[in-house]
This record gives sequence, C-alpha cells and structure tokens, in this order.
Amino acid sequence: MKLFRNILNTVKPHFEKGGKLEKFHPAYDAFETFLFVPGHTTHNGVHVRDSIDLKRTMITVVIAMMPCLLFGMWNVGHQHFLALGMFLGQGEGFMEKFLFGAGKVLPIVAVSYIAGLTVEFIAAIIRKHSVNEGFLVTGMLIPLVMPVDVPLWMVAVATIFAVIIGKEVFGGTGMNILNPALTARAFLFFAYPVYMSGDKVWVNTAAETGQQLVDGFSGATPLGLAAAGEIAKVPSMHDLFLGFIPGSIGETSTLACLIGAFILIYSGIGSWRIMLSCVIGGVVMALLFNAFAVNDFMRLSPLMQLSMGGFAFGTVFMATDPVSGTQTNTGKYIYGFLIGFLAIMIRVFNPAYPEGIMLAILFMNVMAPLIDHYVVEGNISKRLKRVKKISHA
Amino acid sequence: MSKDIRIRKGFDIKLKGVAEKVTINVPMSETYVLKPTDFTGLVPRLLVDTGIEVKAGSPLFHDKKNEQLVFTSPVSGEVVEIKRGAKRKLLEIRILADKANDYVQFRKADPKTLQREEIISELMKSGVWPMVRQRPFNVIANPADEPKAIFISAFDSSPLAPDTDFVVHGQQADFQTGIDALTKLTQGKVHVNVRGNVPASDIFTSAKGVVVNKFSGPHPAGNVGVQIHHLDPINKNEVVWVVTPQDVLVIGRLFNQGHFDASRLVALTGSEVKNPRYFKTILGADIKPLVKDNIIAGNQRYISGNVLTGAKIKADGHLGFYDSQITVVPEGDEPEFLGWILPGFGKLSLSRTFWSWLAPSRSYTLNTNMHGEERAYVMSGEYEKVLPMEIYPVQLIKAIMANDIEAMENLGIYEVDKEDFALCEFACTSKMNVQDIIHEGLEMTRKETA
Repeated sequence: MKLFRNILNTVKPHFEKGGKLEKFHPAYDAFETFLFVPGHTTHNGVHVRDSIDLKRTMITVVIAMMPCLLFGMWNVGHQHFLALGMFLGQGEGFMEKFLFGAGKVLPIVAVSYIAGLTVEFIAAIIRKHSVNEGFLVTGMLIPLVMPVDVPLWMVAVATIFAVIIGKEVFGGTGMNILNPALTARAFLFFAYPVYMSGDKVWVNTAAETGQQLVDGFSGATPLGLAAAGEIAKVPSMHDLFLGFIPGSIGETSTLACLIGAFILIYSGIGSWRIMLSCVIGGVVMALLFNAFAVNDFMRLSPLMQLSMGGFAFGTVFMATDPVSGTQTNTGKYIYGFLIGFLAIMIRVFNPAYPEGIMLAILFMNVMAPLIDHYVVEGNISKRLKRVKKISHA
Repeated sequence: MSKDIRIRKGFDIKLKGVAEKVTINVPMSETYVLKPTDFTGLVPRLLVDTGIEVKAGSPLFHDKKNEQLVFTSPVSGEVVEIKRGAKRKLLEIRILADKANDYVQFRKADPKTLQREEIISELMKSGVWPMVRQRPFNVIANPADEPKAIFISAFDSSPLAPDTDFVVHGQQADFQTGIDALTKLTQGKVHVNVRGNVPASDIFTSAKGVVVNKFSGPHPAGNVGVQIHHLDPINKNEVVWVVTPQDVLVIGRLFNQGHFDASRLVALTGSEVKNPRYFKTILGADIKPLVKDNIIAGNQRYISGNVLTGAKIKADGHLGFYDSQITVVPEGDEPEFLGWILPGFGKLSLSRTFWSWLAPSRSYTLNTNMHGEERAYVMSGEYEKVLPMEIYPVQLIKAIMANDIEAMENLGIYEVDKEDFALCEFACTSKMNVQDIIHEGLEMTRKETA
C-alpha cells in the first residue's frame, strides 16, 4: 500500500498543472482513485456522507453477474462436448468443460474491457473529466450477451461503437439514452446477422482430430426451435431453468440470473420494481397467448417463456440500468411491464427476431423519458389543483 | 383536529456521541458573536462601533430594507471587533461579555392583553423577531405578512440532536407565554408537533391555544418542512411561520421578564467528545469553555448544528444564531487504499453494498470523507427513499440546474428547504451537493417573486 502511494506520489507532478503530461491527468486520476478512495472532505451542507460511490455501485453489479459468467463458461464447454458426444452427463468432465469455456470466454471479456476502456480514457482526456465507472458493468455485460463463436474483432468494433455512439456522444455515463451493452449487441445483430443469429453460432463445434459431431446435432437455441415450430425439440423446463441449453454466453441459466437478481435487490442497487413488473408483463403476455393460441409457440407456458432465451438476463441486468430506464417509481412499474410484455410478443410474432428482449428494452429505453414526463406531470397537476381549490374556497 | 402522522421514508443516521441528559454549568463564555451571514438574504447596516458598551438587547445592526428589523446583542459588554470580508461585507460583530449580564428593559406584559401590532413591535425592537422564520425560503418572517399558520416542531430527529423535552424542562410558564404571543400573530392555527411513538413532555401536549400533532418515523420526521407538507402544504403566494421550541422560550421570557434573554441549552455531541452533555449558554457564545478538555486529540471537525445541516466552525468558533447543538466528528482527509472494493464492515451506507448490513443497529463513528468523487446522476430512486414528501426530488434539482423557475414552482419549490434534502445529499451515490443546489433554487425564486 505504501509502495503504491510512493509510486503515485513520484509520478503525480508530471500529470498536474504545468507538468509535461498534464493532458493525461484524467488517466492518472483514474488509476489513483482506483487504488485509493481520495481523502476529499465535505465542506458545506452534509458533513458526513454515505460510504457508497459509483465505483462501489458498479463493482456490486459486476459481482452480481459472476454467477452468470461462471456458469456461462462451464456451459460453453458443456455444449461443445455435447455436440461432440463427449462427457454427456452434466456432472461429467467438469474441469474440462470449465477450462474449455474459460478459454473461449475470457478473451472476449478481455477484448471488451480493453476496447471499451481505451475509448473511455480517450474520451476523458478529450473532455478533461475523470474516467467514469459505467464501463465496468458494460464491459462485463457485452461478453455475456455474445454468442461464443463471435470473432474477437467484432467484439472490439461493437464495443467501440457502443461506447462512442451509445454513450459518449450524449455526454458520457449518466447521459446516455440507450443501454450501451444492448447497443453493442444490436449493432452486431444488424451489421453481422450471420454471426449473431441462426443455428450455427451458439455452440463451439470445432472438433479436434479424432473427434466428430454427433449425428443429428442442430445447435439451435430453444427460442430458435420454438420459432421454427419445432416445439417438441425444446429442452425440458429443468434444462431451461438451470441453463443446460445453447445461447449467448451468460444468458442461458435462469437460476444464475436469479442469484444476480437477489444480489442486486438485496444490496439496493437494482430496481425490484422494474424486475417484478417485467416478469408480470411477460407472464401476462404469455397467458394472453395461451388463451388465443393458434400455434404451439403460443401455447408454451409462461414459466417456459420466462426461462427461454435472454428474458431473465435482460430483466435482471439490462432493463434495470438506472440511466436508460425510467427514473420515477411509478414509471418503473410501467416501463418494466411493457418490456416484459413486448419481449414475449416480439419473440412469438416476429420470426426474424427470435430474441425479443433486446428490442423490447431498446424500444422502452427510448420511451422511458416519455413515461417519466407523464408521471411527473401527474404530480404537477395535483399541485396545481390544490392551488385552484384554495383560490375557489 | 390534531393529526397522527406516520412517516415511512427517511433514515436515522446512528452516530456515536449522544449527549447524556445532564446539564453542566461551565464558566460563561468570554466572547459572543453575531453573524449577519446566519440570515439568508439580509443586507445589514451596522449601528455600533468598536469600543461601544452594549447591554443584552441593545441593537447592533439592522436590515437596510427594513430598519425596524434590528439585531441585538445577546449579552452585555463591549463591542471589540467588527469583522468584514470581501467588498466590506459584514461578517461578524464580536462582543466581550461583562461579568454580570445587564439587560435592556423592554415592556413586561401578558401577550393575551396585547394587540398583534404591539406584540410584533416588542419582538422587533428587542431583537427576538429574527427567531420567527417563514416558509417558503426559510428567511426571517416579514411582519407585514399574514401567515396562514405557525408551526413549531417540538422534536428534532436529526443525528445526535438535543432532546427537546429535556431542553424545555421546567420552563412551562415561559413556553406558554411564548405560545400566547404567537397565537396572536396568525388567524390560522399554531401547530405544535410532537414525536408520536414516545410520550412527549406536558409542556407541549398541555400547551393552550395550539393544535398538537404527532409525527412518528425516521428523520426527517422532525423537520418542520416535512410536517408542514403533511399538515397544510404551502402553495404559491402563501406563507407560514416557523419557530423552534427554544426560541418560543425566548419570546416567552421577553414578555414575562421584559428581557432579551437568549440563554439556551446546547448539546455537545459527536464521537470525538469525551463526555457528550448539555451546557447552559447563550446564543452566539464562544464554544471554548464547552469543549475545553472534552475533545479527543486529533484532527477534528467542529460543527455548529448537526452533521447534516450544520456549519463548519473553528475549535474556538461560535454558536450560530439558530443552533442549539455542537457536533465534533473526525476529519476524513486520509486516502483509503482500495476502499471501494473492500468488504467495509464498519462503513455506513443506505445500500447494502457494504457488509455493515450485518450489524444494523450499531452506532457509527463517521468522518468527513466524501467516500468518492462527484459524478453525473446514474442511480435513480435514491432520494425518493429518504424524502417523505410528494415531490420528485431529482426533477426539482434538474429544474434548478436549468434555472427554470416555472418548473421549480410546479415541482414544489415552495414546500421545501435545503434541510429537507440533507439526507438526499448524504445518500447520493453521485456525491452531488444537493443542499447547495436547493438553496440556489430557493434564492432564485425568492428574488424573482420579491
């Protein structure tokens, strides 16, 4: 600790006003505040402050994503070996599966962080403000919503696009309209659909010598199967809930998402209002479909619908983004409900976009300020009515 | 007509150093200071010079816009220093006290027999009037206004706050006389709001001519602004007046004895105080005799008031005009290694992101560290959890940042004071100076509507 302090103190003069590296002060500042919570004190107003800051908030969200990440690594390996007909049981070959998955997933995580943080540092230096912590979460979300075989350069391009177009042009963390991680995914989805949809991308099928794909291997996600009308092939509820299915790296396990949801809600970081209303919205839409079903996909039970695809992951980690979502408590109920409702509607009715949650959240991100506007207007008109009542009395 | 209101939103910051209910007599402070800066929006004109002898109740300065509004010396003695700041702004008038306190004699009368104008005139010339404040804007009341009601919060819910029941104990006669005077000032009601979950002092519950309401729940249930919001919210062009219980006593003593007797009980609190207790002193007193040999050695922050709304003072500073509490907490100017990622067992937070949630009932030693840097708004719903008002706090703050007075009015600027937002500032992840922003908004609106 002393050592770090001494190093910082030796290089600090270069980055201060008049130093030769003055321009790069935001970069220095980011490292310094990463190592040490600064000794700034309060002046006026409140003399003591809550211990929380944005770094703590963001790291808590990253911790909440850990179950999804770790399960995702194992599942990448599991699906890979399943396709090759090896270690068929879920308990078999744990280390092989986990290490294989880690070997695929960690490079994506690394690329996402390196690409994103580079842009963040450049933006901070250009704007002369401190590096914002928002990317700590975005950088983890992006790998978790990618298919395992996505080329690394695509991850880098999408991340850079998301940080610049999704966030920095609006003024940085706290000012963005769309969720940056979903912006990255949507960008790839529309720019490189071959790598982001279909049956081929969700499972790594690279066979080494002596290995070969099992007969009848499909590689389609449950949502893909359902959209294609092959309901009979959709895995069991048990597999869907625990996540032994093909899909984006972090999204498959509803259980892992629930653990994350628990951490977010218990710590007070994630909005339970949004998560709850999102689930209710999804259930309502699924029940409506059940009532007026004309095909097998519409007949799927609400529980199956909630466990399939990215619904759980999107609900817990994406819809609850406080910046791109609604800000008012009433607005959160409306916003969450519509996300859940639209997500199920899109996935069932629109075969071109089997993953409805992404588009539902992006759409509601755009609508969020409008919802808030009307909620606040309600408060204003209540106040104006009170004045009128008095002036009439 | 009395109401029993339960506040659900809010938070009690549990700090170490609650004052034990013992009153200590210490030698009288040597110097007393009146700071014109304690009064928002006041433009003072000095009436004395150094070397002049004054009595308790002698005018020191008055308001340029209303010369009737005088500010008088709390003690008798000699004016020893007049401190001015940039552009000769009047900062402090310092009085060296005599051994015995000599009072200016004002009219001794039963306020029930006096007219409203007579009461106002007595309060004005004795220098007691500044203790009557108005909402909106939390400034000294304008005697020309007709307030729709007067509110007295008979308990203080802020961290380590003095126990109001203890502070007024045994002063029933003065309190009732003060109330008698206040009831003459409004056509509306005089509300006395006591804590709902514990029995309140008879002095409040048996006061005559008032409505006694009960408020229960966490801080800011004791904030008079929150109470007004729940009992009789302020609309545009309406005014209510507020007085603190200790100031009601001052009003009472003025009519009972004919003196400006600004003595008060002050709680010395905070984790860095060896023996936190109550002290009998006088408004504007030098805190030296109170803190002498009673503070743990180290780099400490002295606050006149509580940790949420008080003013930073020096170790030999003076009590503010409206304050009856001194808090001493450690300064937190040491950087903390990887503080944002460590478990943080001893760190207080409204969120459960630190492991301190394992011990929810412990009391904390909090220092003045910011625990992070200022950022743009990211989190939502944080302020709403600690603001028990039907107001959208972040939207109001953004309206203030945008200098949009119409939006501020629509969003309820008249109903709030900066102290009501103190917990929002405490809780803010983005480390905004919320009270400063609210203050700015209030001043903007006040100047616009003046």
